[in-house]
Formats: sequence, C-alpha cells, structure tokens
Amino acid sequence: MLKINKLHKSYPIGDSSLHVLKGIDLSVESGEMVAIMGSSGSGKSTLLNIIGMLDEADEGEYILDEVPIKNLTEKKAAIYRNKFLGFIFQSFNLINYKNALDNVALPLYYQGLKRKERIEKGLFHLEKVGLKDWANHLPNELSGGQKQRVAIARALAANPKLLLADEPTGALDTKTSHEIMEFIQSLNDEGKTILMVTHEEDIANMCKRIVRLRDGVIMEDKFVEQVRASQYV
Amino acid sequence: MFDRDLWREIFQSINMNRTRSLLSGFTVAFAILLFAVLFGIANGLGNTFAEAFVDDASNSIFVMSGRTTKAHKGMQAGRRIQFKNEDYDYLKNEFGDKVQYITARIYKNVNASFRNEKNTYNVRACHPDHQYLENTLMAEGRFINQLDLDNKTKVIVIGRLVEEDLFQKTTALGKYVNLNDIQYKVVGVFEDEGGDNEERMIYMPITTAQQVYGSNDYIDQINLTYNPNMNHDQALAFGRTITNKLKNRFSVASNDQRAIRIRNMAEANKGVETMTSGLGILILVIGFGTLIAGIVGISNIMIFIVKERTKEIGIRKALGASPKSIVSLILIESVIITTIAGYLGLLAGTGILNLVAPSLETYFIKDPSVSTSLVVGATITLIIAGTIAGYLPAKKASRIKPIVALRDD
Repeated sequence: MLKINKLHKSYPIGDSSLHVLKGIDLSVESGEMVAIMGSSGSGKSTLLNIIGMLDEADEGEYILDEVPIKNLTEKKAAIYRNKFLGFIFQSFNLINYKNALDNVALPLYYQGLKRKERIEKGLFHLEKVGLKDWANHLPNELSGGQKQRVAIARALAANPKLLLADEPTGALDTKTSHEIMEFIQSLNDEGKTILMVTHEEDIANMCKRIVRLRDGVIMEDKFVEQVRASQYV
Repeated sequence: MFDRDLWREIFQSINMNRTRSLLSGFTVAFAILLFAVLFGIANGLGNTFAEAFVDDASNSIFVMSGRTTKAHKGMQAGRRIQFKNEDYDYLKNEFGDKVQYITARIYKNVNASFRNEKNTYNVRACHPDHQYLENTLMAEGRFINQLDLDNKTKVIVIGRLVEEDLFQKTTALGKYVNLNDIQYKVVGVFEDEGGDNEERMIYMPITTAQQVYGSNDYIDQINLTYNPNMNHDQALAFGRTITNKLKNRFSVASNDQRAIRIRNMAEANKGVETMTSGLGILILVIGFGTLIAGIVGISNIMIFIVKERTKEIGIRKALGASPKSIVSLILIESVIITTIAGYLGLLAGTGILNLVAPSLETYFIKDPSVSTSLVVGATITLIIAGTIAGYLPAKKASRIKPIVALRDD
C-alpha cells in the first residue's frame, strides 16, 4: 500500500538548515491503522505531510499504491491528493462560509462530479457520521466533535485509499475524542487504511501499530493490542 | 472554465463574505463615482468657458477706418479714410480662399414703429455672409440674401427682442415695420447668444441702406473670417498683410496707427486657447488622479483578499484543487465585483451630476456631464488593474504548499 525508503527532509533556517527526517524506512499494508508518535520536533508531522503530498521530501523513495510519488507538478499532486488521500486535521479546516454538506461535497467538486451526484454522495457520508440533519448548518453552528465528524465525512467523500489524520483529537475533550476514535476504528474495521499522528498514549493505543520517532529517525515500530474506544463511550 | 458550478462557487463566496465583497465593491464604485463627478464638473467649467466665446466667429477680422495722423505722399494728416464698395470687392477678390466669409457693414440708428409701438434701434446693413460671422440663429423666416442685395429690396431681419417690443405677442414675420418713415417687410426673426443688445438689432441689405440713406457706396466697416485651416501664426500674418495692403491702397503711412485699424480675433484667441488647453490638462490630471487612486485601492483590497483566503486556498488544495482553478476562482470573483460595483458607481455618478447640474450653473458650471463611454472605459481600466493586481498574489497563493497555508497561527 505505502512504501517509504531512506526519506530525508530538511528545512532551511537562516544560513544553516534543520535536518528533520534522517532516513525513514516505513512500509504500511492495506487495512492497517498506524499511529505515528513522538515529541514535538521529532518529525512526525513532517512525515505525515510528505505522505500526504502536502510537502516534498528532499531525498528518498515514496511509493503509494504502486505509484512512485516524485517530481510532482502542482497539477499532478492535486489529482493524486484528490484520488488517493483523505485528510483529517486537528483544527478541522472546514471552509467557514460553506455549510456542512457543501464542505463534504467539495472534494467531489474537484473530481468533476455533477452537482446532483455530489449532493447525493455528500448526504450519504454525512449520514454515515450521523450528521445528516445538520447538512445545512455552517461550521460555526456545530460543536467541535460535530466539526471533526464533518471533516471526516469530507475526507471519506472522495473514497480515498489512505486516510491521514494529524492529531484528530487534539482539539477535543476526552469524551468527544473517544467518540471520534470509535468512529475512526469502525472505518478501519471496514478496511480503510489509516495513518494518524498523535502524542497521546491512549489514542495511540487505539491503533493497531505504533511507530515512534525521535530526532528524525524511527526509534520503535511495534504492533499493539488494539484498545477499543467503544468501551469508554 | 465558465461552468455553472464555478459560478455557484463564486456567488456563494461573494454572498457569504459580504463585508469583504461590499468593501471591495465600495472602493471601485466610489472611484468611478468620483471620476464621473469630477470629470463632469471639469467639463461643465469647460462648457461655460467655451460659451463665453461663441458669440462671434472666433476667426474674425474686423477692418475699420479713421483719420490719418501722419502726413504721407504729400497729403496732410487728419484726412478721413472712407471705405467704399470697391474696397469690399478688393478684399473679397484679392485673397482668394484665405477669406472664408466676408461682409461690409453700415451702422444706422432708426426710430421704428409698428402700429402704436415705437422704439429706437441700431440697424446693421450687411451682406448675406454676416449671418455666419455673427453666429446669427434664425428663429423664423430667413436672413438677407443675394437677391435682396441685387434688387435693393426693402426687407429687414429683426432680433427676437425687437419682435417682442413691437409686436407684443403677435408674430412679426411678413408684417411691415416703419423705419424713419419708410416701410420695410420683416422676412426673418433671429436669435443671438451674444446677449440682449444683439437681439435688439435690425439687419437690412447693404445696398438698400446705401440707396435710402445716402445714395452713395460708402461702408463703415468690413468684417471677414479667415480660413479656419490657418494656424495662429498664419492668421496673425494674414491680418498684417491686410493692414499693409489697405494702407498702400489708401496712401497711408505704414506707421500710422489710426487710419486703418484691424482687430484680429486670432490675437485674443491665443489667450483663450491657452486657457482651454490648461483646463484640458486639469481635466486629464483629475481623471488620471482618481483612476490611479481607484487602482491603488482595488490592488490593496485584492492583496488583502488573497491573504485572507490563504487558509481556504490551502484547504482547497489539500482536497485536490489545481492551482489554475484557485487563480480563476479568485480572479473571476474580483472581476464580477468590480464590474457590478463599477456599473453602480457609473449610475450614481451620472445620477448625481444630473441632480446637481441645475444648481451648479450659478458657479459657472454649465451642463456638467461625462460621456458614458469614458466612464465605461475607466471602469474597464479598473477591472483590468484589479485583475492584474489580483493575479500576482493569487498565482503566488496557488503555489503555496498547502501545509504552509494550513499552519495554525
């Protein structure tokens, strides 16, 4: 599904440069649910951004669904992002002047689907996250948990192969976090491949595999017994 | 590019971000409004100015005679120079197409009466060309023509105020007016923008006046207009040529300033031309100034809009928007707002001009108006400027890595 070899990334800081990723090797199979952990500055977000084609690696190999991702033009990156990837952000990143349904349907707009189809699919995914009745509400009329569920519905709308989540529960309270995690687990149960960055131990334990980064290298990569979020809800 | 979905996206964005849309729209509308109003007022000033000089043809030369002040060729000073018909013919034939219109004039003062109404008026006996020299506008009937001259008919053309004085509310055309006990038929009534005095004037054929009032061929003055194709310097030179030739013809010393006098409007026109071109420059400066202010305003707003939308751009890119679609989204939105706002500014500007125009006449601003095509041109300039000003930041924003745009700050 996803294969990374000797990935390097550094950011220029003034005259010198900061070496953030120092040769990462990672391979993720279809249907996995992986937590990437590490303290801040360990490079976990950078890794996720490169996987999400939001950022480019300096060196190394990245193969997604047997497609080598390199030397992407902006246009090609846009098409790949739309086709392969769904994003869930810590701060939701909904467009605040669009209602829930329009937000969910936006990736479908960039896929070139007809409006009728977009509304149909958008409503289907909103129903899946339990917010069909909120379709016409603007983001600022929704609670944090509801916003994140709209964002998840949006990530799912384009039917991506890989779901990327950057601290998906970072802005939520414990109870809501568990609800969101329960939902993400159910998506994984259905076969979606999920990669998430988190620094919370209990959230990481709800995944099936934990990759720990420190100073730009993988310290530990282990499979864990998944803790079901449903027991807390 | 122009599919319905894109329009839907744009109108949603305009509609849901009203403050932003209104602000940018207001900038454009206000710039166009100012442009129209200032331009209109400047034009109004120009109109007033032009009107102050329209009475007589601006290319006129008046030729007058007086007494000599210097002895010359054995003749004493103080000799009176009298123009005659032959001098008129000389001027008319000597200079060919350098002369556009020419007329002689005889001045008389008459007591006029019609039934019980009496008054004194100035009479100008003249040639048919006089109509064009004085910008005489016929309200009714006709002006003096060549046939009148040939037959020395007793006809007159009277001013609008003469008709009012003598005929009260009835029409003068075709009636007979008594001038110093001779009956003249009124063949025309004229108007003149040169003021009340000009409209209290009576015109008659010069040959008639010569026969009735003196049985001679004397004339008091010769007026002509020079070919309007002549430039200023040529016109001044032409005036000097006429003076010199006439001085020669009447054996007047070349340094005698009184015997032959000419008044060349070209001399006065120089000042008028300078004023008019000064006003034109003022109008241009005002127009460019407001336009540049508008361009700066819309440019600022476009940069601000792109900045404000950076995060939205990041989200859209993460969801699969191509850079091209981002740029067109921002630009088409700005073009729509600018066009609508520009149109409203145009309507408001011309509306205000029409509203205040009558009350501005006291301030020497007449018919303040601005051509629609000019304002439309200004609006299009603003649209293009806004597009260029928006394109650069939009292009830059569309190239931002989504992760930079999405960074929480």
